[in-house]
Amino acid sequence: MINVLQQYWWLIVSLLGAILVFLMYVQGGQSLLFGIVKDKEEKTLLVNALGHKWELTFTTLVTFGGAIFASFPLYYSTSFGGAYWLWMTILFLFVIQAVSYEFRNKAGNFLGAKTYESFLLLNGIFGTLLLGVAVGTFFTGGAFVMDKSSITNTIQPTISYWTNSWHGIEAVANPFNLLMGIVVFFAARTLGLLYVIMQIDSDTILSKAKTQIKITGPAFVLAFVALLAALFTMTGYHVNPENGFISPVKYKYFFNMTELIWPAVMLLAGVLLVLGGLANTIFGKGKRSFYITGAGVVLAVWSLLICAAFNNTAFYVSTINIQNSLTLQNSSSSEFTLKVMAYASLMIPFVLAYVIYVWRTMTKVKMSKEDLSAPDTHKY
Amino acid sequence: MILASLVDLSRFQFALTAMYHWIFVPLTLGLGFIIAIMETYYVRTGKEFWKRTTKFWMNIFAVNFAIGIATGIILEFQFGTNWSNYSWFVGDIFGAPLAIEGILAFFLETTFFAVMFFGWNKVSKNAHLVSTWLVAIGTNLSALWILIANAWMQYPVGMTFNPDTARNEMVDFWAVTLSPVAINKYIHTTTNGYVLAAVVVIGISCWYLLWKREEEFARKSIRISAIFGLISLVVLIWSGDGSATHVAKKQPMKLAAMEGLYKSQVGTPIVAIGLLNPGKSIKDINENPAKYNSEDPFIFKISIPQGLSLLVDRKTNTFVPGIEDILNGGYTYLNKDGVEKIAPPVAERIIMGKASIEGLSLYQKARSAGDEEGKSLAYKQMMDNFDHFGYGYINKPEDVVPNVPLTFYSFHIMVILGGYFLLFFPLAIYMEKKAIIAKHRWFLNLAIISIPLVYICSQAGWIVAEVGRQPWTIQDLLPVGAAVSGINPGAVQSTIVIFFVLFTALLIAELGILFKVIKKGPGA
Repeated sequence: MINVLQQYWWLIVSLLGAILVFLMYVQGGQSLLFGIVKDKEEKTLLVNALGHKWELTFTTLVTFGGAIFASFPLYYSTSFGGAYWLWMTILFLFVIQAVSYEFRNKAGNFLGAKTYESFLLLNGIFGTLLLGVAVGTFFTGGAFVMDKSSITNTIQPTISYWTNSWHGIEAVANPFNLLMGIVVFFAARTLGLLYVIMQIDSDTILSKAKTQIKITGPAFVLAFVALLAALFTMTGYHVNPENGFISPVKYKYFFNMTELIWPAVMLLAGVLLVLGGLANTIFGKGKRSFYITGAGVVLAVWSLLICAAFNNTAFYVSTINIQNSLTLQNSSSSEFTLKVMAYASLMIPFVLAYVIYVWRTMTKVKMSKEDLSAPDTHKY
Repeated sequence: MILASLVDLSRFQFALTAMYHWIFVPLTLGLGFIIAIMETYYVRTGKEFWKRTTKFWMNIFAVNFAIGIATGIILEFQFGTNWSNYSWFVGDIFGAPLAIEGILAFFLETTFFAVMFFGWNKVSKNAHLVSTWLVAIGTNLSALWILIANAWMQYPVGMTFNPDTARNEMVDFWAVTLSPVAINKYIHTTTNGYVLAAVVVIGISCWYLLWKREEEFARKSIRISAIFGLISLVVLIWSGDGSATHVAKKQPMKLAAMEGLYKSQVGTPIVAIGLLNPGKSIKDINENPAKYNSEDPFIFKISIPQGLSLLVDRKTNTFVPGIEDILNGGYTYLNKDGVEKIAPPVAERIIMGKASIEGLSLYQKARSAGDEEGKSLAYKQMMDNFDHFGYGYINKPEDVVPNVPLTFYSFHIMVILGGYFLLFFPLAIYMEKKAIIAKHRWFLNLAIISIPLVYICSQAGWIVAEVGRQPWTIQDLLPVGAAVSGINPGAVQSTIVIFFVLFTALLIAELGILFKVIKKGPGA
């Protein structure tokens, strides 16, 4: 039973991660702040179009954190407590985002509009890039050691710690992680452009966004193909389900796809949807491309994250001692807690339903400059 | 201040970020409801006045909400980054409320926040009103889950220790969720938010009256908030009394520190006001006993005889143990199962704690060796001493005493200010009702000064709760020294500086914006 629950929770956490990447179109949009707008008015329009949704992305990030804490606390403990600088940098990049929409346009905001716009830009570029790098570590691991029996050492009871003083920031120097970061950045930026095309009623912004998507879209696809090539040729780590012994396996992630098949089908469907959405925008009107490509991104990311841990794979490898690596079995919460949480997760469809209902109600019509000066509008 | 150790630094960072977060959260908790009440008036009467009033306070809410989110994300992730051992040792229980908070509360807040602010022209009046209420409920629901988690740290229930995984595991979700400490803490903390919001609304409204602006707006805002504040304050004080009772039973050392009570007596008095003697330090108890014994705990104090006994269980002859009594043991108390027991000295608890931890170590070794008999013997050794497990990480008995002056003064400031607000709200209600409020400039000024006072009161409450429970992250189970992440202290020092600079800049920005919004007024 516990195996099923561990897999169920990995599916949920991965889905949250995948939805987070999709919702980071807000960050992608922020990365365009100094790109596709020509004046203050257009900038304000872009900020407001994104600003109506930024909290949803933020909430998904926080919920992702909470869910992984509750279901795989050893990962939470080992990665956050060890890769301190990587996570802290990501957090700082999100802290500065959280105030920027509300504060940017307000009188008396101390730091000035330009600073808050820079905050949005920094969050848009480096927030996505570094979160991608952190996701990359699900495949490349980290320089930690972990020993649960350390808790019995009353002088030094720390059960896991990082073995270098870079505390996780060294992950950006790993080409695979960096590639993952670039893919997430381009995914966010592509989706940001598609959202702008769908939601902003401005011919000048639209034409610039359409030009941009012809570069960003293919860049995303190329980076993604490169990522898949790297992933499928790299060595992964197999866990013996009987005794927990961990051993390297060449092309592990490729085998995970071919042995399980269904993640491969998800990945393929995801890629097709991403391509379909992009083609629809580049060659057609692209009205629904944001949703089509977005669904593709969710499927593709979900499939990759499943591939990181399913089929007896260590999902957070210790590069110092592979036997210390984290697996679904050794890092999860107890069966009881996973079960309680599984009941709580039954609320997710209900939550999704009202989120989608409100989303549809609030994004029925495109946003124009006139909307910003309409009475009763809360303007960012 | 020099923060020597990793533990001190990590504690300082948590305190810094939590206190910043708590500047913004209580206003959100209460203002959400005040706005919802105002909008209800708007929908029922259709008067533009109420819409204007609602929207003004909504603007204040929005600015405050954004910075509350910014400071909040750090707190969640800090359990992992700075308290990684804690995250594994009790993550099985502690993580669940955090995840449920995300799923059940955050999305509710976020989704309907968008409708509340951007939906005036997009949804019907009633749908908008429902959204505003849902945001208020959502913010209070998220407080529920995080306070359940906090209460569990102070009063761990519903779990068992699993020696195979070397951590505590949940066995009863409802015991965790519905623990009396959790319910009381939730009521006490949220009503604190309501009182704070009410004082802020009254204070700002009085500022308008002082400048002879927006009289109708100000008076109606005062009327709603003062009634809301007074009702909340009564519940707040009632739950504060409940909180003291719980602390007496579950965390006697915290209560002793709150009262600066070193040596107790049957029929323990309560200190109404007092000035602690800075020369009295628990550190001297073994290092310099002559000095320790010669120093009185107080320079000056006014006590109410038998007050603390009455507060704790409504009896005049109860013995409420002081700091030394707890260190020396020998007094009777009720354990978790309601059985009367004699408290052992802390020195003995340290020995028993070490025996429990050693039992765990032996268990793990026996398990590796496949020695079933050794396993069961070791398990028995661990469990026989498990009530004292956390004491095994403590070096010397006096290390279980929290910072007495900080706890004592915070507690007394909180109580005195609580008493002050008990006079403040009825006075505001009376003066507003009699339409004389605008004439009494002294009251208007007092109301403005009350804004910082209510923030001090609110922060003081958290200091009592969190400093008073030191050194425990989980009461009697895991002290801070065994909970902290094994990172370089320099890294924590750096993040403290970054947090301090960043949060201070954002606080200045927030205040700057709020002052401008207030100056502009609801008419604009």
